[in-house]
Amino acid sequence: MATANATPKVNHIGLPIIEYRGGKSTLCAGCGHNAISERIIDAMYEMGVEPERVMKMSGIGCSSKSPAYFMSRAHAFNSVHGRMPSVTTGAVLANHTMTALGVSGDGDTASIGMGQFVHLMRRNLPMIYIIEDNGVYGLTKGQFSATADIGSKLKTGVINDLPGIDTCALAIQLGATFVGRSFSGDKKQLLAMLKAAIAHKGTVMLDVISPCVTFNDHEGSTKSYKFLQENDEPINEIGFVASFDDIEVDYDSGEVYDVQLHDGSNLRLRKLLEDYDPTDKANAVRTLMEAQEKEEILTGVFYIDTQKPTFIDLLNVGDEPLGTLPESLTRPPKSALDSLMKNLQ
Amino acid sequence: MATGDLALGQEQGLLNARPRVTNDFSINVATVNGSGSQSANSVLLKSIFGMGVPVSGKNLFPSNIAGLPTWYIIRASKDGYVARKRDSEVLVALNPDTAREDTLALPPGGVAIYEEKLDLKQYRDDLVFYPVPFDKITAAVCPEAKLRKLVRNMVYVGAVAQILHIDIGVVESGLRKQFSKKQKVFDLNFGAVKAGFEYAQTTFTKQDPYFIEPMNETKGKIIIDGNAACGMGAVFAGVTVVAWYPITPSTSLIEATTDLLKKFRVTPEGKATFAVVQAEDELAAIGMVLGAGWAGARSMTATSGPGISLMAEFTGLGYYAEIPGVIFDVQRTGPATGMPTRTQQSDVLSAAFLSHGDTKHIVLLPGSVTECFEFGYAAFDLAERLQTPVFVLSDLDLGMNNWMSDAFVYPDKPLDRGKVLTKEDLDRLGGFARYRDVDGDAIGWRTLPGTDHPKAAYFTRGSGHNDAAGYTEKPDEYQEVMERLLRKFENARKLVPAPVVVKNGSSKIGFIAYGTTDFALRESLDQIKKEYGKDVDYLRARAYPFAHEIHDFVAQHERVYVVEQNRDGQLASLLKLDLPAEQVAKLRSILHYNGLPVDARTITEEFATKEGL
Repeated sequence: MATANATPKVNHIGLPIIEYRGGKSTLCAGCGHNAISERIIDAMYEMGVEPERVMKMSGIGCSSKSPAYFMSRAHAFNSVHGRMPSVTTGAVLANHTMTALGVSGDGDTASIGMGQFVHLMRRNLPMIYIIEDNGVYGLTKGQFSATADIGSKLKTGVINDLPGIDTCALAIQLGATFVGRSFSGDKKQLLAMLKAAIAHKGTVMLDVISPCVTFNDHEGSTKSYKFLQENDEPINEIGFVASFDDIEVDYDSGEVYDVQLHDGSNLRLRKLLEDYDPTDKANAVRTLMEAQEKEEILTGVFYIDTQKPTFIDLLNVGDEPLGTLPESLTRPPKSALDSLMKNLQ
Repeated sequence: MATGDLALGQEQGLLNARPRVTNDFSINVATVNGSGSQSANSVLLKSIFGMGVPVSGKNLFPSNIAGLPTWYIIRASKDGYVARKRDSEVLVALNPDTAREDTLALPPGGVAIYEEKLDLKQYRDDLVFYPVPFDKITAAVCPEAKLRKLVRNMVYVGAVAQILHIDIGVVESGLRKQFSKKQKVFDLNFGAVKAGFEYAQTTFTKQDPYFIEPMNETKGKIIIDGNAACGMGAVFAGVTVVAWYPITPSTSLIEATTDLLKKFRVTPEGKATFAVVQAEDELAAIGMVLGAGWAGARSMTATSGPGISLMAEFTGLGYYAEIPGVIFDVQRTGPATGMPTRTQQSDVLSAAFLSHGDTKHIVLLPGSVTECFEFGYAAFDLAERLQTPVFVLSDLDLGMNNWMSDAFVYPDKPLDRGKVLTKEDLDRLGGFARYRDVDGDAIGWRTLPGTDHPKAAYFTRGSGHNDAAGYTEKPDEYQEVMERLLRKFENARKLVPAPVVVKNGSSKIGFIAYGTTDFALRESLDQIKKEYGKDVDYLRARAYPFAHEIHDFVAQHERVYVVEQNRDGQLASLLKLDLPAEQVAKLRSILHYNGLPVDARTITEEFATKEGL
């Protein structure tokens, strides 16, 4: 029994991974969302994020239930359908020192929540926005959502005859500063992307294809495990070296694209698509549109901009969270009221 | 020419024989919107105020950018009445489109000061007419053609001042204050005032009985609109997050708030201690308010009826998940788009019960600009103490018009940030249940995101939850939370502003009103006493849930008239739900809902009819 007294493995802030776990999932066995929750746990653990420094935000739907299944020590807000962006905006304005992680679904984002989604992207609010994207409404038993690809087929045989909304192209166009797509089944890519997302300051928008085993995992679906395994085309291979890792990064040109993230971490994107430059906005959107035409599913980091000011920068808010500023800083003194009254006489 | 320009010479004697009317009449300035008349009207109002005469101003404007009719009604009242009066005795007619109609609306013996080209004498023969060649006078004092449209307004200020005996020195000092940093602008404007004044002085002999004479009733008082007062309340409540979407008539509330925040809430390092966000719509605005309130900020939005409708779902979440936030609702005329620039008190029921399911909200009902300020800051204390959204129901009349008031008094109590557990509390307690009633006040303790303790977090949700914030579909757990919410709401009766009761002895008749109806009702009660010899009692409600004093008041009277500015008697309906069954039949409504602020005469007449007087 040599292992009985062994200290559990801990991360660089001294926490074991169990401190990052959540409640038992009530989603279907095999649901892609559960795999994403696992990757979030891994990423937060490996990045050494203090769990109570995280706000887990969500809307309504299967995806939005998932924050209950990871990081029980983190603050959570399960809000209303399609409106997680505004709630998160308010929460981040009140306390921008937290890591805000929003989990949404394709219905929650691309249909009912589209208005708030696009305006969130414009603001570059510092937060991570994950779409757990399966192309169908699960809780209401399998209607198409707005990200379902044209021609995709429901179990009932219904064919989707409307074009799917590419949330990544939209996010890039509107101003998000870190935009990528991954697949819940691609552990390595998703984990690296999430870790880089944690290190980034600004709006990170990750569309993670996450098959619905109950309603959208059959032949003819373009969001099934099988279809993704066969058609997932990474545009880059993602390497991530955290700021606290004692690893020297060789910055070389040509084959890889290195990005220094806000906390000093390094994001290395090894080019798989010829000459793909993830800082070229117009090219990123064009690449995504062309892929959609060709019915290809591109994954990887499509776009990154580490220079653009965040919404917090634009509002010129100080370092201290607004929510807990003392009265001495928030209620003007009596002399202020007296001078106002004098001017009104 | 030194004679008054009377319609019919033979009536001159009659008019001259009329007794003087001093400091007790209304002036109706009829212009078009977008013509810049607002600042001239404001100068006129403040000049009367500057002479110590109680005064109020009402802007009746269209939902339009420029070119449609606008009326600004200034009421001077030696008795301090500030409600709208049905008739205006003095007309300043500058809008050709409404000149005929405006002239026909004057009472016999009224005064028309007007652009001479309008030739108003053709419409009436029982008025005093003062035709003024505004364009000619303006051209003479304002060489720059593009400024003439604005300067022209100051010419009527001068003419009106001369005719009504308003001290031109007071006009001058008011103007100087308004343009304190712009000498050239002052010179141009005061030049126009003087030109108008001199024209009237040299041209007319006063034929009408209306005079402004100095009084001493405005010393130490201020003039402010309700929206600015609400914004001031919010700033002195230490608001930190403001999220909003533009909508008439609430926009100026946010503008006033933002101006004050910029002025008083920037650190020496130049950092803002606030965030103001113009959201994409009202849904996002209230979402941001709740997100911020959840994370510890004092957060607010301001809107009007259509925005309230859009905020319904989120407000229910705020109620059920128990999140503080303040919603200023500057009511306008509904339903639907209604009349966006006209007033009403018609969001009472929707605010009280906003959202699906069993929801009830705290609603504060300010009845003056002072209360806009005081309830403006009290709302934040109540929201955080009771952990729930709080509505402040103002209206267009209060919010967008200028009101005379005593100077506001600095809050005498520190901010009440409510029941929030700190890291140290959690160290001591070892944990907490977010929705458990540990103190018997039906209010749980909350933590804020960022509290550095492994047990600080809880799961906020709008789905069924137990007292530990865990998801539940268990009947008893769900019901326990709902019952506690009801107890919390009952307890709020004692925390919200108590009603103001005016008793006149053993009257059998009581009146209940709230908000801006108060101005007209107080005047009406004087009319009722003077004209019918009746002393009646009056209770002004200031919040929902209703304080117990309201129940007592109804119990003490045989008949209770609820006066309000909506069609359906919304506050009366709320009262009927609240009162014991045997009291309900005592209530009867007096209603006014045509978009104009209610006037005293309407209430008095309706009361007399209902009482068979």
